[in-house]
Amino acid sequence: MSRSSQPKFRSPADERPLAKILLILLSLAFLGFFLFLPLVSVFVEAFRKGIGEYYEALIEPDAAAAIHLTLMVAAIAVPLNLAFGLAASWAIAKFEFKGKAFLITLIDLPFSISPVISGLVYVLLFGSGSLLGPLLKSWGIEILFAVPGIVLATVFVTFPFVARELIPLMEDQGTGDEEAALSLGASGWQTFWYVTLPNIKWGLLYGVLLCNARAMGEFGAVSVVSGRIRGITTTMPLHVEILYNEYNMVAAFAVASLLAALALVTLALKTLLELRFGAGNAGGRH
Amino acid sequence: MTATAAVARARWRLKRPSIIPGFGLTLGFSLAYLSLIILIPIAGLFWRTAALGPGGFMAILMDYRTLRALYVSFGTAFVAALVNVVFGVIVAWVLTRYNFPGRRLIDAMVDLPFALPTAVAGIALTALYAPQGWVGSLFMPFRIAFTPLGIVIALIFIGLPFVVRTVQPVMEELDREMEEAAATLGANRFQTISKVILPGLTPAILTGFALAFARGVGEYGSVIFIAGNIPYVSEIAPLLIVIKLEEFNYAGATAIATIMLLISFAMLFVINLIQAWSRRRYGNA
Amino acid sequence: MEVTINNIRKEFERFPALNDVSLKIGSGELIALLGPSGSGKTTLLRLIAGLDFPTAGQIFFGAEDASHHSVQERNVGFVFQHYALFRHMTVAENIGFGLKVRPSSSRPPKTEIRKRVSNLLDMVQLGGLEKRYPNQLSGGQRQRVALARAMAIEPRILLLDEPFGALDAKVRKELRRWLREFHDRTGHTTVFVTHDQEEALELADRVVVMSQGKIEQVGSADDVYDRPGSPFVFSFIGESSQLPVEVKDGTVLFQGQPIGISETGDGAGELFFRPEDVNLIDTQDALFGKVTASRRLAGTRIAEIDIANNGHPPYHVEVEVPLHAPVELGSEVRFRPTRWKIFRK
Repeated sequence: MSRSSQPKFRSPADERPLAKILLILLSLAFLGFFLFLPLVSVFVEAFRKGIGEYYEALIEPDAAAAIHLTLMVAAIAVPLNLAFGLAASWAIAKFEFKGKAFLITLIDLPFSISPVISGLVYVLLFGSGSLLGPLLKSWGIEILFAVPGIVLATVFVTFPFVARELIPLMEDQGTGDEEAALSLGASGWQTFWYVTLPNIKWGLLYGVLLCNARAMGEFGAVSVVSGRIRGITTTMPLHVEILYNEYNMVAAFAVASLLAALALVTLALKTLLELRFGAGNAGGRH
Repeated sequence: MTATAAVARARWRLKRPSIIPGFGLTLGFSLAYLSLIILIPIAGLFWRTAALGPGGFMAILMDYRTLRALYVSFGTAFVAALVNVVFGVIVAWVLTRYNFPGRRLIDAMVDLPFALPTAVAGIALTALYAPQGWVGSLFMPFRIAFTPLGIVIALIFIGLPFVVRTVQPVMEELDREMEEAAATLGANRFQTISKVILPGLTPAILTGFALAFARGVGEYGSVIFIAGNIPYVSEIAPLLIVIKLEEFNYAGATAIATIMLLISFAMLFVINLIQAWSRRRYGNA
Repeated sequence: MEVTINNIRKEFERFPALNDVSLKIGSGELIALLGPSGSGKTTLLRLIAGLDFPTAGQIFFGAEDASHHSVQERNVGFVFQHYALFRHMTVAENIGFGLKVRPSSSRPPKTEIRKRVSNLLDMVQLGGLEKRYPNQLSGGQRQRVALARAMAIEPRILLLDEPFGALDAKVRKELRRWLREFHDRTGHTTVFVTHDQEEALELADRVVVMSQGKIEQVGSADDVYDRPGSPFVFSFIGESSQLPVEVKDGTVLFQGQPIGISETGDGAGELFFRPEDVNLIDTQDALFGKVTASRRLAGTRIAEIDIANNGHPPYHVEVEVPLHAPVELGSEVRFRPTRWKIFRK
């Protein structure tokens, strides 16, 4: 009775296999040209003249100084924004108050500002034509074209990362746990330390990860305030630019490859956090 | 009398009472930090702009080089965002609906532009799309790098994850039954996609477009290497700000920054409008 | 349209969801597919619609073998459990969708579509709501929009998946009656899936009782309630109690003792009876046990009775007792089924 040649069933909520393959190939080609090839080319260019020159470029004193400065700037900027992120998300997620939505918009503001402008605002604030700059200079404090300016610009551009990760997470968790802990006699700090923090630790880590990646990689804002004093106020991205403009391609890509590796590690950890703990965008309702 | 006064007093209060401690401390710290790092510096920018006076401001803005730079920035960002809408939606669809080897890896890779420092992206794209680069050499004598097209390439790179990551979660939430319903009503797959699926994604697509566009307008690091930076042709507005600063022309830099900032705020406002509109009409989209 | 289902089998990843199912649906009938979740009722509905294809077997629409026709070709009206309304379209656009996507050769002109949409809206009593969006409607209104949308394509058969599942109890009852009237008026062959027996018995011409991928019984409400064909149907539909019995020389024995009822054909079996088919009686040859609880159920009172089972956990049965002469908790009652069925082992 049954037929031998049945047409294969295709779900009405599905495309033809051929269309699927074409769309997949199109996506792969697009991502290949715009994401994969650029990434690969960084490493290829870096090793073009062999591992010896690659290594030379990294231990050269100016490069070492740039690596050192980049780590230091991130080590200051990330904890500052972490502290802010925790405070802001506590205030926003655990309380109902007037003007909350507006405050959240303000926190997101740096994301919609050109990095160049983020640097510019500090130049205007501390530059020679301002009120503050000459005053601070007379006390011996240098902000612009010095490390403090670089830190400030970095803090500005990485400002929202931790907060915007924690606010939705803490809002989802509500206030029930905290109220229970307080009713059991815990102090405010104990409640935060033993109840809130364990609940948000993966989201926190996720935010710190993204914040750190941006802090180490920021270019536009930092380039405006740095003054590019080689070996003193050049972070790794700025050092890359200097080397590139000197047509020292191998060295430029060698330093760039370190930053690319940082990006890959960040992506790997981020993906791991999303898969394991549902942190970040993947941590939806499902 | 006293009762109504109490009610009136109770009606306006900053925060709803709560037994949870730390409101004053955390909000106070947040506001102080926000003001010091973000608000006061931005206010300073506007203050300096105001000092220029309307005439001075307009003179800088109407300068032909400024106008061209703004045109290049907005034009290339617009084209790149359009390209990203088309390919971003396809990529998001492939990632949510199809299963193929390496899907997870590709999914993770989409965030690369978020994680890769812009300067690195800039020199890598330049090396790739320059006349002697792997891709650029394929298109010779047609030049990609060092033309406005190069800027578009860099902005496609920068903007892609904004579209994919905005559209993807909405696609994941799409109700398959909706597509089956369209099929039972006689719609073929193309009609289902064009009349049922895509209109449902419109708010997310518009938001992704606006985000990619806004980011593209302000982008600096990845663009300056590939752009060629020829005044009037491939010079973007952020670069012009930097050039004015290097010439100690603070007034020029300030005026251009202000107009860009105002346009960014307007875009932010538009994004919020899109989302409010789609929430109101379609429920929580 | 008459629908014939011949020896349908459906496997999902080697797991059989439907096993050798055959069913004949008469033109204009209102059929309920009733069963617990996992019984395969929704799978069968989706196979009829063409939203899925069977692993083996055929589906005929009239004389036409539709087994391998796509869902678009079948022209069936399908109402999804959660309605699957297009949320970016107004009510009118939703209903007109099926006409709008037709190829231009058979697509009615715009004015005609508008007229049909407004007729359908009147038919489902939603006139005046054409401009609303689905999220501005109540659950019951959405359900009727979904129905109107399915009817707009003039389907050969109307299929409804748990049509009242997502509604609250009161709206459910109203819509149930309304759907029956709607069916009587339009005369469409209609199949609906439900896990709610009350809904199936009240609404359907015939009820198809399903369990574990098989059809247990097909029949009218009276058939499946009064003459259950299998132990599953007896226990799934209505209230019932069961006891292991033995038939010897035409007498039914429980725990070796006669209980005052007789049956032909000797051997062991399972005795099924309903709480209301029981007489309280004061003789030796009867069932007896201790009252453990008594509860009010609408217009009746049900006593829960434990029957001792020498050391093992007691048998638990339920019988109806007089409403105004409640039995005392802990007292012993004796009773005999007046109507029963013994299913042989």
